[in-house]
Amino acid sequence: MRALLIRDLTLALRAGGGFGLGLAFFLIVTVLVPFSVGPQAALLQLIAPGVLWLGALLACLLSLDRLLALDFEDGTLDLLLTAPLPLEGALSVKALAHWLTTGLPLVLAAPVLGVLLNLATPGYLWLVVSLALGTPTLSVIGCFGAALTVGIKRGGLLLSLLVLPLYVPTLIFGAEVARRGAGGQEVTTPLLMLAGITCAVIALMPFASAAVLRMGLR
Amino acid sequence: MMPELGKYAVEVLSAYAVSLLLLAVLVLWTLRRGRAARATLDAAEKEAGRHG
Amino acid sequence: MSIWSYANPVKFLTLSARVQPVLWVLSLACVATGLIWGFFGTPQDYRQGATVKIIYLHVPAALMAINAWFMMLVASLIWLIRRHHVSALAAKAAAPVGVVMTVIALLTGAIWGQPMWGTWWAWDPRLTSFLILFLFYLGYIALWEAIEDPDTAADLTSVLCLVGSVFAVLSRYAVQFWNQGLHQGTSVPVATGGRSVDDVFFYPLVICMIGFGLLFVALVFYRTGTEIRLRRAAALRARAGRAA
Repeated sequence: MRALLIRDLTLALRAGGGFGLGLAFFLIVTVLVPFSVGPQAALLQLIAPGVLWLGALLACLLSLDRLLALDFEDGTLDLLLTAPLPLEGALSVKALAHWLTTGLPLVLAAPVLGVLLNLATPGYLWLVVSLALGTPTLSVIGCFGAALTVGIKRGGLLLSLLVLPLYVPTLIFGAEVARRGAGGQEVTTPLLMLAGITCAVIALMPFASAAVLRMGLR
Repeated sequence: MMPELGKYAVEVLSAYAVSLLLLAVLVLWTLRRGRAARATLDAAEKEAGRHG
Repeated sequence: MSIWSYANPVKFLTLSARVQPVLWVLSLACVATGLIWGFFGTPQDYRQGATVKIIYLHVPAALMAINAWFMMLVASLIWLIRRHHVSALAAKAAAPVGVVMTVIALLTGAIWGQPMWGTWWAWDPRLTSFLILFLFYLGYIALWEAIEDPDTAADLTSVLCLVGSVFAVLSRYAVQFWNQGLHQGTSVPVATGGRSVDDVFFYPLVICMIGFGLLFVALVFYRTGTEIRLRRAAALRARAGRAA
């Protein structure tokens, strides 16, 4: 499993692996927001937590097709199916690699982008915490969506349509943590919900993803 | 024989119009697709009858 | 003879042909009766005026939107466990009906909401949940269309329906948490037995709900028949293609 992880990480980090694209997208979206809503500092501060969460989510979404499509094309997926490694484990590792190369950089970049949107001071901590808890979920759910659409030509748009409704609970609770944190309010409830969803998704979703992948590649 | 709809006449009538229209479209589309399917199956069975 | 004998496509088509005339007549009769009674025969609500008449469309449609998805869930499970093609095709057949019900619920909800809440759209938990349900329906239908092999399509859409159901329920709670909302309580809370709608509105409403339910069943029977025929035609063509 470690070999798989290292392989995926290496592929992602190599030139042409797409590393940094998610980050760049996150930056661009954040920069575009003041252009669309106006530069008033008070308004930006109000929407900053939500916008940053949304930007991170979309950046994550856009890099999902990379998760399985490339392996499908070069035959690695078929190898994974027949390997002694349980497919659920392999997919979890791939999701982990995806998070390390996409989600984690977003989490680290978020405070910097928060400055651009005039994020309130207490909000920085909670933004990072909520993104750190939420982005792994986005990767694992994304893996499920990628498994569903593997092999479908130009399945990227369909992937988005399938995955975005699944992202809603994570987004609601994650953004709520960030928002309440920025306002100095109590964050316990959404934080617990977010953590709960993350744990459940990481534990259970790979089974659905593996089942779907087996069905799709038969 | 229109009932007293008062000031909300537009809303009520448009709600009914839109809903009934959507239901009608659904039913008509369903029927059309059904007829086409029967025709397709008949054609396919005839083909199979000729060769099989 | 158990219900499973209808998993046989031919038996299903025979059953379908027998029950459909009754279903169609009954459903159209109920819908017509309910709507006409509700539209012409009930008074205005002292708070909501004539807009209360929208309830006869909005509530039955919303109810069927959810029931349709639930039926798809059961049918998907039956496909995954017992591999009955009729079940998978029934789920596929039900989805467009569910979508239309969801859209009707959303549109009538918005039209009703405008005079009541002063806005064409409010991110009320109920309406928002229906919007999310609409997205789930779209994804489900799109996935069926995107996959060529019918059995694979049945498999993948079934799992999507399952996973989607879990997330739909989760979203419902998340959305309620996110916005406490403007909706009144449920009009017909079956569980509590109480009601927030007066008797005079209640009876036409029940008739409409029954009518919409029967309409759903009639449409699904008919559409499943269509799917079975299309599937059989494709299979015959494939066989002829191989033999030729």
